[in-house]
Amino acid sequence: MLAVETFDLTKDYFVGFFRQRPKHALDRLNLRVEAGEIFGLLGPNGAGKTTTLKLLLRLVFPTAGTARVLGRSLDDVAMHARVGYLPESPYFYDHLTAEEFLNYAGELFGLPYSERRRRVDRLLERLGVAEARHLPLCKFSKGMLQRVGIAQALINDPQLVFLDEPMSGLDPLGRRDVRDLILELKGKGKTVFFSTHILSDAEMLCDRVAILDRGRLQGCGELREILALGVALTEMVLENPGAELLKELSAHARSVVRTGERVRLEVPQESDVPKLLALAIRQGAKIVSLNPVKMSLEDYFLARTEATVDAAAGQEAVSPPGAKPRQK
Amino acid sequence: MRRIASIAWHTFKESVREKVLYNLIVFALLLIGAAILFGSISVGIEGIILVNLGLSAISVFGLLMAIFIGIGLVSKEIERQSIYSILSKPVRRAEFILGKYFGLLLTLVINTAVMTAGFYAALFYQKRTLAVADLIVLQAVYFILLQFALVIGLAVLFSCLTTPVLSAVFTFCVYVIGNFLANIRWFGQETGSALIEKATMVLYYLLPNFGDFNVITLVAHGQRVPGYLLLSNSLYALLYVTILISAAILIFEKREFR
Repeated sequence: MLAVETFDLTKDYFVGFFRQRPKHALDRLNLRVEAGEIFGLLGPNGAGKTTTLKLLLRLVFPTAGTARVLGRSLDDVAMHARVGYLPESPYFYDHLTAEEFLNYAGELFGLPYSERRRRVDRLLERLGVAEARHLPLCKFSKGMLQRVGIAQALINDPQLVFLDEPMSGLDPLGRRDVRDLILELKGKGKTVFFSTHILSDAEMLCDRVAILDRGRLQGCGELREILALGVALTEMVLENPGAELLKELSAHARSVVRTGERVRLEVPQESDVPKLLALAIRQGAKIVSLNPVKMSLEDYFLARTEATVDAAAGQEAVSPPGAKPRQK
Repeated sequence: MRRIASIAWHTFKESVREKVLYNLIVFALLLIGAAILFGSISVGIEGIILVNLGLSAISVFGLLMAIFIGIGLVSKEIERQSIYSILSKPVRRAEFILGKYFGLLLTLVINTAVMTAGFYAALFYQKRTLAVADLIVLQAVYFILLQFALVIGLAVLFSCLTTPVLSAVFTFCVYVIGNFLANIRWFGQETGSALIEKATMVLYYLLPNFGDFNVITLVAHGQRVPGYLLLSNSLYALLYVTILISAAILIFEKREFR
């Protein structure tokens, strides 16, 4: 069974005071998230990640399209009994202690008292906030609130967990804890659907990701596959290469930067690397390092944004009659 | 049903931890106590003064509690985004509104009970005894509670629509106008203008008629509230609150939390 399935899910927000105009927050999103996988929703700020989660949880309503969560329609409130949700920058009730809040969350799921107590104790312990259980939430740091937020998302032992930027506000230790927790959930057969703009988190955790940008799906699949679509390069650092060798290498390099005795070359074609490496060894140059540089999510978005801007500018340049093509 | 009870209990706990609540209770009890002093300088009508001032204090301070806490019931949850973690659970929006409403009503009932106990303590201090006849004051307290039920309904409705400040203004305005509806209708009839008469008539039937709940003077003079008034006011409040809460639920069902 699919954990989440969206069909042309679209959300427009209306902005402006006197003349309201639609702003596309999400544009015809089609996703299929398999049960038991860790699925990452990636994208820069304003990409539509939080909107997607809010749509799936009925906090906002779709302008068009529909979705199914755990095989049920979004209007079916009963579906929420099997779902957990951590909102972005969670804020809870100042006057409640962590224990009271989790107990309240458990009550809303209709858990009996003894079961609530057991789960609250276990989750507070698991998320490292057991010692602060009697403190009011207004005294909690952002990181501690995030941990309580994760705990309330898991109080019902959900089949599917939605986490909106779960690492936000956490220190490195906290991030590791949450990563371990997400993997633990997967180990128990749960589906984790989380949004992030931090590539390393997604790389470490996700079975599959969807990349959103300005409300549009840019790609969906394994992160490695998606990012491999972009151009990777190899960084080669040599010490004391001769002038002749440098001239030959430069012909295959995108950039050559000399710093003291060292020269850093960026080789765009992966197939050129063995040939250039052999040449350098033959001519007696010392090879300091050789690094294949993968495209980062930032590079990916930058490349896509530039492509979009270029396309738009190209269109503008073409549209007026008799206009000359844009010079690069 | 269990979820409504859970939200109501949580709302009650949230309300009783509001400092403003205790300030208001203390002020109300002080005023009830001060009524003894006013009574002592009003020869022959000490009891009337005490009942009048005591019940007015319960009414005014209870009203302030209903408005100050009621206006933030829903809008604060939206503003602080705590509502995300509630509505993502198997909680219907109607259950949320009902829970909020009953939670604050419970707070007001308990506070009114405390203030009423303070009032009876003051009455005992003044008369040195309490008689069964003094229980008729409870009829006025019951009507005050019905007014609170209406005011909370208004506050919840406005809280679903707008900001806490505007909710307070609207709730207070409706309360004030609702206390003078009979006078407004009379004014409309006296003007001789068909348009004004119709407009005041619409107001009379549209807004909650708080004036009909004011029996403080009646009980202060030792008179019982007629049975038909008890029944009709109870039904009126029930019907009106049902309409207010239904409207609040309808609005809240359509609300998006961006």
